[in-house]
Amino acid sequence: MSDLVAAGLDMTFPMPDGDSVHALKDVSFTLKQGELLSVLGPSGCGKTTLLNLIAGFLLPTSGSLSLGGEEINGPGVNRGMVFQQGALFEWLTVAENVDFGLRMKGIKKKQTRGKVEEWLEIVGLQGFGDTPTYQLSGGMQQRVALARCLINDPDLILMDEPLGALDALTREKMQSLVLKIWKETGKTIMIITHSVEEALLLGERLFVMAPRPGRLHKEYHLPFAEWGLQQDLRDVKAEAEFGTNRDEILSMIWNMEEEIMGGNA
Amino acid sequence: MSPETVRYIVGALFILLVFSFIGSIVYGRRVVRTEVTDAVFGNPVRALGGWYWVITGVCSILLLWFYFSWDAARAYFPNSANEMCQVARVDSELNALRSSFPMQSRLLKSTSFLAREGTQIEKARRLISKSGIDPALRDQYLSAADTVEAMLFTRASADSLSAENKIAIDELALRIDEATAMLADPSFPGPATEAEIKAAAEQPAWGEGLKKEIPDIPNTDRGRKFFQISQEMSAITADFTKIRNLDDGFIAEVKTLSDELKGLQTSGDDAEETKALTKSLDKILKRVDDGNIFPPTALDPIENAMKLFNAEQNVQKGNLKLLDALAFPGGEIRAGSTACTEQGSGRWLPKPSDTLTSLIEISDPTVGFKTVPLLWYEWKPVGEMLAFFIPDWVADLVPGEYPRHTASGVIDANLKTKVLNFATGNYPSFSVPVPAGHLWDSIMRVLAGLFLGIVLGVPLGLFMGLSRFAKGFFDPLIELYRPVPPLAWAPLILTIFGINDDGKIFLLFMVAFAIMVISARTGATGTQLSKIHAAHSLGATNRQIIRRVILPNSLPEILTGIRIAIGVCWGTLVAAEMLAGTTGIGFIENVARKQSNYEIIWVTIILLGLLGLLFDLIMRWIINRTIPWRGKG
Repeated sequence: MSDLVAAGLDMTFPMPDGDSVHALKDVSFTLKQGELLSVLGPSGCGKTTLLNLIAGFLLPTSGSLSLGGEEINGPGVNRGMVFQQGALFEWLTVAENVDFGLRMKGIKKKQTRGKVEEWLEIVGLQGFGDTPTYQLSGGMQQRVALARCLINDPDLILMDEPLGALDALTREKMQSLVLKIWKETGKTIMIITHSVEEALLLGERLFVMAPRPGRLHKEYHLPFAEWGLQQDLRDVKAEAEFGTNRDEILSMIWNMEEEIMGGNA
Repeated sequence: MSPETVRYIVGALFILLVFSFIGSIVYGRRVVRTEVTDAVFGNPVRALGGWYWVITGVCSILLLWFYFSWDAARAYFPNSANEMCQVARVDSELNALRSSFPMQSRLLKSTSFLAREGTQIEKARRLISKSGIDPALRDQYLSAADTVEAMLFTRASADSLSAENKIAIDELALRIDEATAMLADPSFPGPATEAEIKAAAEQPAWGEGLKKEIPDIPNTDRGRKFFQISQEMSAITADFTKIRNLDDGFIAEVKTLSDELKGLQTSGDDAEETKALTKSLDKILKRVDDGNIFPPTALDPIENAMKLFNAEQNVQKGNLKLLDALAFPGGEIRAGSTACTEQGSGRWLPKPSDTLTSLIEISDPTVGFKTVPLLWYEWKPVGEMLAFFIPDWVADLVPGEYPRHTASGVIDANLKTKVLNFATGNYPSFSVPVPAGHLWDSIMRVLAGLFLGIVLGVPLGLFMGLSRFAKGFFDPLIELYRPVPPLAWAPLILTIFGINDDGKIFLLFMVAFAIMVISARTGATGTQLSKIHAAHSLGATNRQIIRRVILPNSLPEILTGIRIAIGVCWGTLVAAEMLAGTTGIGFIENVARKQSNYEIIWVTIILLGLLGLLFDLIMRWIINRTIPWRGKG
């Protein structure tokens, strides 16, 4: 099984003035295949550092990370990544963006066409294959980014605040899409977000992280993702249990932020 | 359409324009008045801009006048320039005579000579008093200075004028009077001879062919009159300059004094100083010896005759005076030794039709400029062109020796010879037409330099943008030569590479290379990290990322760099071609400058501008086609 295992992750960044920043301290967890994890926390708590470590863009100062028993020591195709701004290649069309990973493996454009069509249909962009990406709206660009990541068939999908830059309505549609993809493909998905509601909706498991040094503060196991597959997301948000959880986490993060500000003053 | 019709259509348009500009001035004046009232009683913004109309109107009329007056004069007064040329001939012949009297200068020439030499003697005296020579010698010098001054003054006395000179002066005055009478005589110089008519008719008309700016053989009665007078005046001036206020006794005195001055020179410690003193006095003595100083009223007969002549000349010029002011605002027509030309402060203004004629003339491939066409084609053997890409030393690599001639003088070709012939293009091959000419040469130089700059500069720039080592290694090397203006390198590079294409292309390469390195580097460093990360996690290798992500991401900067590089190369090329070379548009401009051929200069300016604009438009088109995403990523 392709489980993600993090054991005693520690990350310090040296600063130009000789100091160092302790970004992550003793982070350990196991993410089973097919799980949906959302990570929440105030700014500066090391969420993005954690993601970059898993993606392989950074190497931990100490501790170990493995996916399916294999040590992670660099970027790889088994971990797909979706960025906040899409990070699409704007000189390519939608189809060319989606099959970028396949073509890097040396597969000819003609042979990828069927697969591209298939994925564009799943993310709701059928017929947009030849459109230049800079003509797409923000939500559509994120759909392209999703398709581009999924076509590579990764074991683990990492999302770095993927819906942060979208308007409320588009955001809700995209949240449903993420849930649908999670259900249909059975991929392991890890989402980093700023929004408490999004973390609750898109997290079978939810890590709340605390800053200075960045560490796992609290873990939740939540039913809302399952609910969201069966009913409208707005109805889920209206549930009493959702509200209790939201308020609890909000005040938790609020206190952390207060602490930082107080510490600074 | 006949030339007459064209002339009247253009004339009507001209008048229409003038009136519309006058109208704009009048309208502007009215708006200004309204503005003043409105500022107090009405809407203060409504009537703004009155002065704009006035200034625009005035400037347009001035421009219209400056640009088209030459053409207008040619259309409506086709003989005016030819006549003015003859008048200018008279003026130029009389230059020496008139400058002797208070006509062209403020003082009588004798007066100004006396004043000048007086100052010189004062200077010499001060020099003598200050000098550290023996006091006795100093006194001798001072008395010599007095003698020189006294001799100078003798020339101003009425006694100094010899009887022969008096006769000569009266005679000259008489001849001038005769010329004045001829000028006033309506029947002079009588009907033109067959030869005169033929010569006048055979010369190119004004504006027809530009070998001569203005036809200079007189082709009207008035022109012939002034021409004849100018011939007569040439003789009179020559005789006038022969009159010198000298006689044998005076010349002997000057000689004695000069020897005396040389005798004062010592050979001891004062040698240098006495030499300088003798020289300063001797210089004045030599001018006295010229005999250009006359008694104050000695030349009055000539002066009076000249005054009458000037008045008559003015009368005979008639409408030419008005034409001169209106039709040649930029300058006036002057007669040189070979041709009449317009000269003066405004001469650099392009004469529209002459500029066009010049362009048409040098565009003719059989004429061209300096035997090279502007832009045409020539037949070139394919073998010769192919040989350009094959280095000659290929033949040296073939085993064996080059053949020697046999005793009977025959050379047997072997394989080496054949390869050499192939490498040098020395074999019969069919010819194809290839473009040639000044414009083509200039464009090819720019494109070649630019191409080399792009091919070498872009990879290095990307490399420098990605690798700290490359940046640290190459940056100082490039910054060593880049801040130097390219033209400052030109003399050096043209010396090393020669004045042919190599030097210029290398110079342009240097210019383009630095620009391309910097722009490619900026593009590469500007790549968003998330895009590189995304490509990495999609399985791209480093090489694929450079080729598929960083290069296309840098394209906007690279293309902007090319656009800038073309402009800078174009400018550098023209200057380099002016420095050295035998073809190219800069070469044309430089030759035209040496010949004071303003029309060709304007042709090159216009061509350079149009080509520069064309390059920029092409680059803009390419940029819009290749990077439509620019600024939208």
